[in-house]
Amino acid sequence: MRYFLPWAFLALLAAVPILLPDPYTLSVLASAGIFIIGAISLNLLLGYTGQLSLGHAAFFGLGAYASALTTLGFDIGIGFGQRITLAPQPVWFGFLAGIVVPALFGWLLGRLAFRVRGAYFVIITICFAQVLRLLTLNWVELTQGPMALSGIPALSLWWPGLDAPIALFRKDQIYWLVLAVAAVAFLLVRQVVRSRIGRALVALRENETLARSVGIRVTHYLVIATVISAGIAGAAGSLFAHSVRIVDPDVFLFIYTVTMVIMVVTGGKGTLWGPVVGGLLFGPLPDLLRGSAPPEAQWIAYGVAMILIVMFLPRGIVPAVASLWPRRAAAKPAAVAVEAEG
Amino acid sequence: MSPPLLAVEHVAVHIGGLVAIADMSFEVPAGRIVSLIGPNGAGKTTAFNVITGYMPPTKGRVLFEGQPLSGLPPERIAARGVVRSFQRTSIFGACTVFENALMALHLRGRAGVFGALLRLPSARREEERLRAEAVALLELVGLADRAGTVASVLAYGEQRRLGIALAVAARPRLLLLDEPAAGLNPSETAECTALIRRLRDERNITVLLVEHDMAMVMRISDTVVVLNQGRIIAAGPPDAVRDDPEVIRAYLGAVPEADGVLHAPA
Amino acid sequence: MMDQALQHLVNGTVLGGTYALLGIGLTLIFGVMRVVNFTHGELYAFGAYMVYALVSLLGLNFYLSLVLATLLGVALGALVELVLLRPLRHADIDSVMLVMIGAALVLQNTEMWVWGGVAKMVPTPFVGTPLVVGPVSVLPLRLFVFAVAVALLVGFWLLLDRTRIGTAMRATFQDPQTASLMGVRVGLVHTMTFALGSGLAAAAGALLGPVFVVSPTMGDLVGLKAFAIVILGGLGNLPGAAIGGFALGYVEEFGAGYLSTEYRDAFGFLLIILVLAIRPQGLVAARERIG
Repeated sequence: MRYFLPWAFLALLAAVPILLPDPYTLSVLASAGIFIIGAISLNLLLGYTGQLSLGHAAFFGLGAYASALTTLGFDIGIGFGQRITLAPQPVWFGFLAGIVVPALFGWLLGRLAFRVRGAYFVIITICFAQVLRLLTLNWVELTQGPMALSGIPALSLWWPGLDAPIALFRKDQIYWLVLAVAAVAFLLVRQVVRSRIGRALVALRENETLARSVGIRVTHYLVIATVISAGIAGAAGSLFAHSVRIVDPDVFLFIYTVTMVIMVVTGGKGTLWGPVVGGLLFGPLPDLLRGSAPPEAQWIAYGVAMILIVMFLPRGIVPAVASLWPRRAAAKPAAVAVEAEG
Repeated sequence: MSPPLLAVEHVAVHIGGLVAIADMSFEVPAGRIVSLIGPNGAGKTTAFNVITGYMPPTKGRVLFEGQPLSGLPPERIAARGVVRSFQRTSIFGACTVFENALMALHLRGRAGVFGALLRLPSARREEERLRAEAVALLELVGLADRAGTVASVLAYGEQRRLGIALAVAARPRLLLLDEPAAGLNPSETAECTALIRRLRDERNITVLLVEHDMAMVMRISDTVVVLNQGRIIAAGPPDAVRDDPEVIRAYLGAVPEADGVLHAPA
Repeated sequence: MMDQALQHLVNGTVLGGTYALLGIGLTLIFGVMRVVNFTHGELYAFGAYMVYALVSLLGLNFYLSLVLATLLGVALGALVELVLLRPLRHADIDSVMLVMIGAALVLQNTEMWVWGGVAKMVPTPFVGTPLVVGPVSVLPLRLFVFAVAVALLVGFWLLLDRTRIGTAMRATFQDPQTASLMGVRVGLVHTMTFALGSGLAAAAGALLGPVFVVSPTMGDLVGLKAFAIVILGGLGNLPGAAIGGFALGYVEEFGAGYLSTEYRDAFGFLLIILVLAIRPQGLVAARERIG
């Protein structure tokens, strides 16, 4: 039963474009899905390592820009009469760059920032996103600044026997693409969390002093988590760039990080399904509110939700719902023990 | 004569203006159980913090198998084979006993990012081995039947035993135990004593112990090192140390009834 | 060349005074309450809007409006503390941070809703022609702002040093447990601290609002800069925050003057990343306060 449910859920999600072929609904769900991928990646840091990274939009935005610039190509001067030129590359190269570039920055930031933790870490991550936003706003030659990078090609699929690649323009195609990436992201995080690495992360979160005493290297594992998290967030950013097909410096806005944080916290940080549940709740909210209320109302609703959740449901929805079935909750650790003895 | 497993050489620790340890030197030979005793504030826990890398010494150095440990972080020192337990109960409270054991077995595995992400066969085999080791570890400390319990709800004595299990998990060659018997009743203390002996005899682990229960110290130790006000005032076999006039004075000065404790039947 | 440097120095000092005001409020709140206050920038914006409302809409006297705006900031700060922070006094630092982010979202978007997205100008009684002293010129309004900021800093220092509540704050700052054992009413101290810190932010906004323009997103960048200032000085370090404020003022002025005007706002953040890489405990670390 436990193995069957997630697959049934995935099948249901995959059937949505067939059951409900409304382009508007699908595009709302696809953009919610992109943020859910971001939330899944953030959960690895916020939920499993306990590090509140408030610069997560930076990885998302880096993915979007890296992917867009690789596919569009660029030609920039770097002083002393030198220029760097990149001819437009195939879109999947862009997608790859959208993962690798943020992962590299994740490594750099992790190396730097995990020497300090707690409040300092939070602030340094905010600053990181802010610097990138100001950079993309002002480095007009590379990024077009506030005018935005536009005309980003859609991702495309090709397999042997096909004359030309199929560009993924249609809303249902984009929806399926996002769903596929989200499923992969979910599985990757699940693998990490259930491995020796995941245990090291939880050990550091629960009791750092004790974790170090049994030989767990703090910076090493926190950096690993950041790199994986940044890579996945970058993939989400890349999907964003190729489905909306325009990227401006606002992708680095603090508000996008906050959106992902709210999804994770509401759903339940440190649980695999938390970001998915939180994301399904908050992802479509902006579009649902769009017709009836000014945009401020959405953010006010987010703010109030964040306050209420932290105050009244601090562990999030998933753990709260799970504890409604005490029998299953009790059966779970026993299953581990049986598995261990068997 | 081979070098001692651990050598503490002229270590001094000044915290702010306070002298926690003035000048401390002692050795722990391989295969022995050595106890570090002394009145409260004598510098015992500080000594542990220095040896395991949680606190830098102001002066002096610590050698393990002839190699300096000073300057290494705790996790590196653990990887070298020196692991400690903590005075206050230190476990991963939110996790089950079994998960606790698996976490502590960290150094016994080597699966990396790709192994984990791709579920490589080698990583899966390692995972099975670690689970078997975790079961063995819990059997060693008598917690196998509690594997599925969340650690924070264990009885106090069980939590202490889990704490020791976590320190043993990494297969240290030198184990530092900080007051393992604190708060235990006599029968639990006896179990604890037996466990420490077993660790030494069956797993070949050398033990450095800080303990207030003198009866236990006298029964279990090969060597007793007595600290007072940051200095070593005596060191030797239990019987010799017990009759040392300076030791008696130190204990009488600090705790009046300590004389009785010191002379508890060995 | 020299003249230009002198001009930047003056501009940096004038800017730094207000930055110091912002930083001290934030660092005080962190030091006493262990709260990373994300609403700080919004209190700054609130102060600016109140001055705008009082002067432009109600036609009140400019100086009186500054005082009233600051007091309203104090009141709003007290309200936030009582409603949101008091129930969370024993929660972990991350939960409190999340609640403060929520509160900042609510405050900022309420401002946006009430005042609209168009920037507002605040009329002042000062003339628009700069005072020229030798090679240096400075607007009278800016000079006034600087003077008030310095006066507030001195007043704040006197409050901490000479009054009972100031003593209680310093005691809580150093050791909350001992302070409460000695009869300090920690709840009251927290409310007062947050109100005072918020008041300083509102005062900074009320002072700088008329210098620049008043817009709903003005709190965003300023809130982040306030973080930069306290990180430069070391979190929870009061003199450090003052020094950090002036340091940021100079870095921005000289950076904009000699390197690039576009990246003016980025210098502060780059500086933080640099500082944290080299000296994680801040430039002026009195004692370590990491983690």
